[in-house]
Formats: sequence, C-alpha cells, structure tokens
Amino acid sequence: MSFINYSSREINCKIVYYGPGLCGKTTNLQWIYNKTNPDLKGKMISLATETERTLFFDFLPLALGQIRGFKTRFHLYTVPGQVFYDASRKLILKGVDGVVFVADSQNERMEANVESLDNLRINLSEQGADLERTPFVIQYNKRDLPNAAPLAQMKKLLNPKSVPDFEACATSGKGVFETLKAVARSILQDLKQMSK
Amino acid sequence: MRSAQLVMYDEDYRRILQVIQRLVRDANAKGVFVVDRNGQLIGEAGELRGIDTTSLASLTAGCIAATGGLAKLVGEEDFPVHFHQGQRDNLHITLVSSRTILVVVFDDRSSLGLVRLRVKKAGAELAKVFEELQKKTDQEQAKGNTPFAEITDDDIDNLFSS
Repeated sequence: MSFINYSSREINCKIVYYGPGLCGKTTNLQWIYNKTNPDLKGKMISLATETERTLFFDFLPLALGQIRGFKTRFHLYTVPGQVFYDASRKLILKGVDGVVFVADSQNERMEANVESLDNLRINLSEQGADLERTPFVIQYNKRDLPNAAPLAQMKKLLNPKSVPDFEACATSGKGVFETLKAVARSILQDLKQMSK
Repeated sequence: MRSAQLVMYDEDYRRILQVIQRLVRDANAKGVFVVDRNGQLIGEAGELRGIDTTSLASLTAGCIAATGGLAKLVGEEDFPVHFHQGQRDNLHITLVSSRTILVVVFDDRSSLGLVRLRVKKAGAELAKVFEELQKKTDQEQAKGNTPFAEITDDDIDNLFSS
C-alpha cells in the first residue's frame, strides 16, 4: 500500500524480496546498501539469528529521486526464506506494493524455488492480493556458480507469464540494481494505472 | 484487491500534529509518533527528533504485526496495547485504528497511568482523523485526483536515467 504525503511531498512504497532460504535476498539488500549514496539511504536493519539467517526481516529505506515534485521513497524488506518462518512471511507481505522473487540458480534448489513461489502466491492471495496483478519481477541469482541450471529451464519453470526477469550474482552486484529499478518502475506504472 | 492507498493532505497532517503535540504536553512524554501499520512514519512530536524515525516506524509495525500474529494464535483479534519497560525510557504502543499505531516514549517524568489516560483521548481523536482521511482519499481517488494521474512514462524513465 503506497503512502502519499502531500504535506512532505513524498510517495512511499514497499518492496518485498521473496525467495527460498539462502537464495541471496539479504545479499541483494546489502549490496544496495553498500553502493548507495549515504544521502539516499537510511539505516539497514537486519533481524537475524546468531548465524546470520534472517529471523524476521531485513529493512532498507531508499530514496530514488523526485517525480513531479514528489520525493519517491522505497522501503525494501526481505522475508525469512526458511520454510518454517511462514507466519513471519505473511506479516511482512502485508501492504506490499511490489515483489522481487529471488530464485537460487543451483540445480538442487529448483524444488525449493518452486515451493517458495507457490508459497508467495498463497500468502498474497490470503491477504486478498493476486500475484498476477501485483508488480512483480524475478531475479535468477547465483548465475556464477558451476551448478547453475540453464536459464531457459528456469524461465520455463518459474516465469511462464514472462514478467521482467534478470540474471544476477548478488555477491558481486551483477543484476542487483537492474532488478530493483525494474520493480520500482513497475510499481510506479501500476500506481499510475490505478489512478486512471 | 490490494489495500487502498493512504494519502495525507496538509490540513489532516496539521490536525494530527496538533493532537500529538498536545499528547506530548499532557502525558509529559519525551516523544510521540504516529506510524502506519505497514511501517511508514506519519507524524512525530516531542524532543526525540534526532533518532532514526524511519527505523522506529518499521520496527514498530513489525512488533505490532508479530504480536498480532500471537494474538490470533491464542484466539484474540489483536493486542491493541503494548508496554515496553526500559531502565530509563519506556514505550507505550497503541493501535488507534485498523491501520494506525500511536507510539509514546516516556521516562520517569511521567507514569504509565498518566500515559494510558492521555493516550485514550488522543487515540480516539486520531482514529476520527484517520477515518475522515480515508473517506477523503477514497473520494479523491474516485475522481482521479492523485499525483499519479499526471505522471507520464517519461517521468518514470527520467527517475531511472541517472
């Protein structure tokens, strides 16, 4: 749910990074945090376990610039990917304006990708939203690994509707900002569409 | 259908500020914050202006969401009032409407009883403001009066050109 503040001339939107455990959601946010001008970002919060697995969420506020005199601010969240944290995932999805699904390219994680994508669809529908009608992009992460599945196979499995998708290696930053820009663009276009 | 947008207009923002500035005085609070249930900061008052309010808003919403989940587990709709006691400062968090949270930070210059009493009145006033605001937002959206109606594809492209 976007928040438009005429008083401070700001538009605030919420982006959620979703995906199976250890697919690189937090790494995406860390890269964005490390590479963004300090004036444009707030503090990154990670509610993680002692072993640095996301426990509740990571949070990163980001300013992208002005549009028609309104400052655009995006709040980036990640969900905990591990299967048993489903209650937390549902909470974090509330009020989402756009979703990035981070898929793990490793062959042995394909089942986990499919399961997580199904889980996203179910959790969105439980709050009355439809993935097909939500600004949504897919990132195929860990493309640099030798056991990465062929791209065509991943597209067929995870992206039958051909939403915008990107190859990435979040540890080196490849594809990270492209993904973020695509989802932000999609959110703004959706808001424009909704206002018609 | 996704939840509706929240739109804040100048006059409503001023009304909210009046309510929370009064609450700071009446409750002897250090700071008062109004936060949207999705983690956006709506307004703030008091002497705590130096703190990271964006994080405060996000974590407050996370806290409310998590305890709301707990409430449902034990058969409650919600836990609308939370109190966190610290060594120096305390937090009093209240759900004032279905989507708005009121956070009061206070120390030993005040007391939990006083804060509770004052929050009750201020919360009711804020709930009324937000109810009216939602009606106004819905009406304006129905008329197509949102900043997005004027945004062009070029505006969006320009945002990402740098």
